[in-house]
Amino acid sequence: MPKLSINGETVDVDVDPSTPLLWVLRDHLDMTGTKYGCGIAQCGACTIHVDGVATRCCVLPVSAATGKKITTIEGLSANGDHPVQRAWVELDTPQCGYCQPGMIMAAAALLSETPQPTDSDIDQRITNICRCGTFARVRQGIHRAAELATEVKA
Amino acid sequence: MTANMKKNTLSVDVSRRRFVIGSATAAAGFAVGISLPLGAIQADSTPDANEEINAWVVVNEDNTVIVRVARSEMGQGTLTGLVQLVAEELGCDWSKVSWEFPSPGQSLARKRPWGSFSTGGSRGIRDSHQYVREGGAVARELLIAAAAQTWNVPPAECTADNSLINHLPSGKSTTFGSVARLAATLEAPTEVTLKDPADWTIVGKPMPRLDTADKVTGALRYGADVKLPGMLHAAIHACPVHGGKRVGFDADVARSMSGVRHVLAVSDDAVAVVADSWWQAKQALAAVKIDWDTGENGKVDSDSITAILKKGLDANDAFVGNSRGETLNVLKDADTVVSSEYSYPFQNHAPMEPMNATVIWTEKSCEAWVPTQNGEAALETLADAAGLFRDNCEVHKLILGGGFGRRANHDFLVQAAQIAKQIPGTPIKLLWSREEDQLRGVYHPITRSRLTAKLNDEGLPEALHIRISGQSILHALRPPLGEPKIDEAVFQALAPEGDHAFIYGIEHFLADHAMRNTHLRPWFWRGVNINQNVFYVESFLDELAMKTGTDPLDYRRKLLRDSPEALAVLERAASNAGWGRTLPPGTGLGLALCKAFGSYVAACAEVSVVDGKLHMKKIWAATDPGYAVNPQQIAAQVSGSFVYGLSAALYAELTVKDGRVEQENFNSYPSMKIAQMPEVETDVMPSGGFWGGVGEPTIAVGAPAVLNAIYAATGVRIRDLPMKDQLSV
Repeated sequence: MPKLSINGETVDVDVDPSTPLLWVLRDHLDMTGTKYGCGIAQCGACTIHVDGVATRCCVLPVSAATGKKITTIEGLSANGDHPVQRAWVELDTPQCGYCQPGMIMAAAALLSETPQPTDSDIDQRITNICRCGTFARVRQGIHRAAELATEVKA
Repeated sequence: MTANMKKNTLSVDVSRRRFVIGSATAAAGFAVGISLPLGAIQADSTPDANEEINAWVVVNEDNTVIVRVARSEMGQGTLTGLVQLVAEELGCDWSKVSWEFPSPGQSLARKRPWGSFSTGGSRGIRDSHQYVREGGAVARELLIAAAAQTWNVPPAECTADNSLINHLPSGKSTTFGSVARLAATLEAPTEVTLKDPADWTIVGKPMPRLDTADKVTGALRYGADVKLPGMLHAAIHACPVHGGKRVGFDADVARSMSGVRHVLAVSDDAVAVVADSWWQAKQALAAVKIDWDTGENGKVDSDSITAILKKGLDANDAFVGNSRGETLNVLKDADTVVSSEYSYPFQNHAPMEPMNATVIWTEKSCEAWVPTQNGEAALETLADAAGLFRDNCEVHKLILGGGFGRRANHDFLVQAAQIAKQIPGTPIKLLWSREEDQLRGVYHPITRSRLTAKLNDEGLPEALHIRISGQSILHALRPPLGEPKIDEAVFQALAPEGDHAFIYGIEHFLADHAMRNTHLRPWFWRGVNINQNVFYVESFLDELAMKTGTDPLDYRRKLLRDSPEALAVLERAASNAGWGRTLPPGTGLGLALCKAFGSYVAACAEVSVVDGKLHMKKIWAATDPGYAVNPQQIAAQVSGSFVYGLSAALYAELTVKDGRVEQENFNSYPSMKIAQMPEVETDVMPSGGFWGGVGEPTIAVGAPAVLNAIYAATGVRIRDLPMKDQLSV
């Protein structure tokens, strides 16, 4: 029975160990902020952080996630005020919004490793699909979040 | 209302006048009285007292206002725009506004006070602005009348502004909330005066979207996220060859798998597995052996479809959508003509949220939670599939994880109802896999076109014939045994007049359509038929300009003498792009424009092609939608249109083998990513006086602008989409 550490809490789940973490989150734990888009790690809608690293959990067996620190969109910040989330609200980045939890998690991981990313960094690291086409505000939002993070520290 | 929420029954109270504050997520749990974890908006925060002033406006005692929106929100921003229109006329404080979806059942019970729920064709605002604004104005007059009655003064001496009623002569003032109860009892005026656009303070302004907050925290519940007590999860596989039938299936292995509750035949062409979790259902579904009868459709492939369409280019009979002058005679008598052929493939909508619906069926009632572009049609569909009267059914609308036209088709809802009907009393959430979404899509119609022109002494087309050969969406919607008749929608952007009028002044002009249908189901796909038609026309005009050695901007100017609005957006896009400036080798600018969905749009693209690799640097877009309700959302729609339209133009093609689509997921059906997206600069230039749509027109100009820029950069003319087969993208 896998024991998981999700958003700072320890959770027991009674599932087949080969079950992708995405479906444990969504169907077993009712944490539906992490989305299903493709099931083959192509679209990024299911992006979470595993030990701080952006990870597409639709192809991550739950057995591979035990003992690791899992953060989902629900746990990214206590009050929805992570710099990326604040920048996203400021710029009205989402359209339909379905891809945005994954987009935000990918952006947050990028910023934690590269606090002042260049456009080229963004091009290489943000490979999520957004069919509405919010990319211009995603790019702008990442740069804005970098600024906001600095302000928080200052 | 609070009591209603807590009531744990399945009865549907469609007669109640009041709904629940807040967002669609809040609405999700209501009719069955189930309290979902709702994120920011909790049921307990619902005020105890609120008053429905009229169908559109609810005023709470705390002076906050709820505006009801019947159209669907799928990212396009219509929700915010429609609330702006109501709030403007109401005279309320924007910061106090929230929204809710009325349900289709409520609409039915109240004789459709909100008009159409249909959300497509860029119609959200352009088809409803009048009655939506009137709804806000009526509510304003009722609130004013209530205050005037309280003060015993003439209503004409009072105004409504910033959620206050003011009596000018006495200086008295009161809040909406304090007169709402009385206002709700008064008779509505039959005539109202709408504000002069010059006086707008909310409409025309870049108000922030009303649906953003829950989208950045993961709190927003989409259809795929619905959870009801006792709910089971369904995965489905329908015959991947459209029109094929299920002969039989062997589910012995699947039934023995963990979590599996049911393996069910659905309709005559599908098998579903119902399990405790969706992953279990999907795994078990893969273990079901299904025999299909694919019939003649199973022998069709892309080559055979192409052959049929090519024949259509030479067919003698075709439906005429626009004809002026003596086009065929002029072309026949010409010494020389110029002619080119183009093709446009099948494409899937591929919204990020795969198709889904949650349904609970009993012998007496049926309820569904549906991401739908048309709530009323969803209710009709549900009642039919449930075998119940509409009055005993209800559809709960949710915010959509993308639509693009796909969610105006309710095939997935029929399936969900058919599954739920086999398991009475148990809520069933059907979720399609991405593969199912690709294989069982309803696709952008496939067409080919030949354009033939005779040029006059100026090098301009004296006669132009556009022959389109390919599918008809409207034919597919008509009764199956009906004789083919003209599909007017095929001529979008080529029409004689109206919202899709052909903009160019050409003396002899003929647009006709050789209808050639296939077994793959065609459907409305964002932009619909303008996507191929504008690609055909704008590419060909560019060819003619180049052939005659004319600047493509000057060439179009000469043909737009009678289309000042179209010329204006073209000039603006070209001017913003610095048309005519010197460019480095391998770099080019390209233009495209059209009138569609009532708006005028143009694009100028700058691209470079280096070592055969395309780089789309920037696109300057210009849009005249008449009135611009929310310029920021229009800019978002225009910018996003290039992502959606150019994803299609660069990569998107569904090919067919043995009757089935070959591209099953995003690995073979890619979509543009941030690295590929060109910079977009959008100029929203509302000229006033008309209401055009903005969700779709720009989709059509992206591809031809880029293709014309590729030609300018390289001298290579791409006439078949997608581009990926012809250069490195």
